Amino acid sequence: MESMIDGRLSRRWLVNELLRDRGDLLVVAGLGSTVWDCAAAGDHPLTFPVWAAMGAAATVGLGLALAQPARQVLVVTGDGEMLMQLGALATVAVARPSNLAICVLDNERWGETGNQATHTAHGVSLAGVARECGIPRVLELRSANEVPQLVEASRQAAGPLLAVCKIAADKPPLVMPPRDGSYLKDRFRTALLGAEGAHE
Amino acid sequence: MMTESYDYGTARGVWSEAMHAALTARDVRLLAHVPDGGNAPLIARCEADPAITVVPLTTEEEGVGIVAGAWLGGMRSVLAIQSSGVGNCGNLFAMLRSCTLPALLIVSMRGEWGEFVPWQIPMGQAAPDMLRLFGFDLFRLERAEEAQEVTDHALRQAFLGGRATALLVSQRLIGSKSFGK
Repeated sequence: MESMIDGRLSRRWLVNELLRDRGDLLVVAGLGSTVWDCAAAGDHPLTFPVWAAMGAAATVGLGLALAQPARQVLVVTGDGEMLMQLGALATVAVARPSNLAICVLDNERWGETGNQATHTAHGVSLAGVARECGIPRVLELRSANEVPQLVEASRQAAGPLLAVCKIAADKPPLVMPPRDGSYLKDRFRTALLGAEGAHE
Repeated sequence: MMTESYDYGTARGVWSEAMHAALTARDVRLLAHVPDGGNAPLIARCEADPAITVVPLTTEEEGVGIVAGAWLGGMRSVLAIQSSGVGNCGNLFAMLRSCTLPALLIVSMRGEWGEFVPWQIPMGQAAPDMLRLFGFDLFRLERAEEAQEVTDHALRQAFLGGRATALLVSQRLIGSKSFGK
């Protein structure tokens, strides 16, 4: 798989790198294209795809990180999804979970609705917002050789991390995870807590 | 000059002590909140309790995500908001339903007990209907002496019954903001 497309990071390559050696990572995927990216990297019981509730990926990740302080949590979402709940960055900064990493794939487009420009296409900087909110670790990536640093940072429980990855606006093939929310929730809890813990 | 004042209900804070005890007894370990005068004493009690993580929000929607994520991680949490905040959450409530996620919202009511601000009334009146529309089971706390019992049963409904549940704390109990009028 090529790491760059027309001089920008390939989303599928990037997410594959993020999840390839995932270990015991807990993953939340935001709608919509990042859900397909995570599924393309391999459906996994400990990946929770948020099929709707646009804007909620970061806070679902925050709740999970607070509930599981010994596990590393990675949220993979898009710029449009993140823009829809910008306040979540302020809330993450104040809650300051050591074990939460949020990776925003920023193609500056509303990918699922016809590739209309998002606010980041007009200069709004999600990394800048995160910095001003006080999120202690903020990364901005544009090239493949920066990705190992992101993978490493996402595994470190060193304070919340917000990484903005400027990616190409390509439309790779659709790969869907299961859609039933109750199944996804039960599958996640069973994998994390065991059958008994999941049904207490 | 208008003096802001709060006509506290008959039992300011007493209900919050019993509610906090009920939360603790059912192993609730996280409270996410947007504060208001109504739920302030409950938030203060939870902040003073090292066993409960308190997460302040910028908007109620964030709290729905947090309680969903906490449940995925095996932790019981509650979301304390004002009735006006219910209106902010529709698309997020749908997630609770899609995933049959248990949840307890503690909703301090406005717009129902001699409300002074007309703008607060439409949302306060619509909040219970909106919650029903999204499949919440509703409990209501009217009297301070029932706080522990009602909270405990709402928690049972949520976390043993597996339901999205809302406990509406009546404005009569928590008090109305009178602005000195």
